[in-house]
Amino acid sequence: MTDKTLRRRRVSNPHSFLKASAGDKFLDIVIWILVIFAALVTLYPFLYVISVSISEGSAVAKGSVVLFPKGFSLDAFRMVTGNRQLWVSYGNTFFYTIAGTLANIAFTCLGAYPLSRSHFFLRRPLNFYVAFTMYFSGGLIPTYIVVTGMGLYNSRLAMILPVLVSAYNLMICRSAMSSVPQDLFENAALEGANEFYMMLRIAVPLIKPTLAVLTLYYAVARYNDFFNAMLYLGNTDLQPLQIFLRRVLLQASNEVLQSAGGQAAAAAAENTLKIRYVCIVLSAVPIFLITPFVQKYLVSGTMLGAVKG
Amino acid sequence: MTTLTPKNRKPLGALIVRDKYLLLMFLPVFLYYLIFAYLPMVGLVMGFEDFRMGSGFEGLFTSKWVGLKWFNQFFRSPFAFRLIRNTFLLSFYSLIFGFPIPIIFAVAITQLRSRRVAKAAQVITYLPYFISTVVVVGMMTNFLSPSTGIINQIISRLGGKPVNFMSDPSWFRKLYVISGSWQSFGFNSIIFVAAIMGIDPSLYEAMEVDGASRWQRIVHLILPGISETVILLLIMTLGNLLNVGFEKVYLMYSPAVYETGDVISTYVYRQGIENHKYGYAAAVGLFYSAVGFTFVVSSNYLARRVTGSSLW
Repeated sequence: MTDKTLRRRRVSNPHSFLKASAGDKFLDIVIWILVIFAALVTLYPFLYVISVSISEGSAVAKGSVVLFPKGFSLDAFRMVTGNRQLWVSYGNTFFYTIAGTLANIAFTCLGAYPLSRSHFFLRRPLNFYVAFTMYFSGGLIPTYIVVTGMGLYNSRLAMILPVLVSAYNLMICRSAMSSVPQDLFENAALEGANEFYMMLRIAVPLIKPTLAVLTLYYAVARYNDFFNAMLYLGNTDLQPLQIFLRRVLLQASNEVLQSAGGQAAAAAAENTLKIRYVCIVLSAVPIFLITPFVQKYLVSGTMLGAVKG
Repeated sequence: MTTLTPKNRKPLGALIVRDKYLLLMFLPVFLYYLIFAYLPMVGLVMGFEDFRMGSGFEGLFTSKWVGLKWFNQFFRSPFAFRLIRNTFLLSFYSLIFGFPIPIIFAVAITQLRSRRVAKAAQVITYLPYFISTVVVVGMMTNFLSPSTGIINQIISRLGGKPVNFMSDPSWFRKLYVISGSWQSFGFNSIIFVAAIMGIDPSLYEAMEVDGASRWQRIVHLILPGISETVILLLIMTLGNLLNVGFEKVYLMYSPAVYETGDVISTYVYRQGIENHKYGYAAAVGLFYSAVGFTFVVSSNYLARRVTGSSLW
């Protein structure tokens, strides 16, 4: 029992204390069980995957790894990291993520800023122009025809241009920019600042927390993008990590084993599962490293979606 | 705002000159939506044509007009009912099962006496949301594999018979809903946690002085306090009821589970991209978009009526 709860008990009504405490204690236990269960259910698959990826191959084949690693072997890590295609895919993914996110943020700001300026004479129609795309879309086939018709098939731009701006994120950005005090803009305008200057020097710096969340959303979306790659990138040298992962995890591709070469059949069987789990670990590392740091912005970022407009 | 003459009285030319930088800034975004959102909407015309690929976008103007042929073909086919049913049921079950969990979790997190554990549990449960669909489906498929998957190893150790989960139609919806909930409940709880945190602390103190138990506090203060958020999100979720994620179904399903797993978007993909029946696929896609549009617009209308606010 912590000091804090004791203190809280003391200030509460002494008549209610005895009556309520048994029920309160029971509720406390239920809450603890719920939260711990939720955390365990979330963590277990990841812990299991990590354990398998570093366990001894024979233990994995026997199925004796359930939670903790059995033995220790980095064979599978060596095989996967020795695979050329993994690094090509990884490199492509980093390119798409960095270039894509930069473009996303830049164009989201460029689109959001004019819509946040109350005197802009096209504000309402353009706002509708953007918002309408959240309600209705041409769908897969016409979009595919447009993108391929522009010659973007097997082009790196196919991972960036078709997903340049998310209307939803643009609306979030616009709302944040509209909440910047208007007199800041008016003063700057009196001193002769133009709109580009005001966007870069006033609006953008003042909505940094929002931009942090949007950057996270965009970066995760670019990092995880599988759909556009599947549609528009047939060339394996351009394909991102997610396509490689799909081949290894879901299509039973044994390209990693083959490229590692010289494997006896038994060793191959042992390592197939390990290789898959190593690939999961390697692909999830960047996400696991970054997400906790941005976590503090998440609450404000999610609430931004609920602004009245 | 500060101009002396009302802005709508200014001649258009003067407005363009005044807002030239704003117009210039918006231009790339305007072009983006024009090309990648509005041009495909125009392209939906191909749903009424015998569209031939190869001529690129000009095919729209040169292809033969077939009217409602593709729509008739779709609605007369045995697939129409199955696809609409599967699409609807997948999202309906996701809603029924997936919607209450984040609320319960948010209440539990905020009632936890240890702030540190609550914080840690939150960080942990957000994580799966950011993991790619490929990895989530990859983990699920490998865990459930009849030969090497951990679930079936446990089943056989307990004396049961291995189940081929991923190719059993009766498991598809359950797996889709459970994995979806696993991936998103932590993230979806954020907004409810924030709503609970937003309840006036003096109300808690007042209830405590009145001798209310913690359970009474949840039922009479917290749940009413977040009801507006809950209703708003419920309506918004209903608006997206038919928006079944293509990616996840596509990665999870196989011909063995088409009976329960094939949805409209995956069907459109197979017919259009794989079988090159562009006109037919675009027609089915148009039907899908139109139904989705109706849902979103009515839910937004409902949200405005019920709560006086909307998500955008």
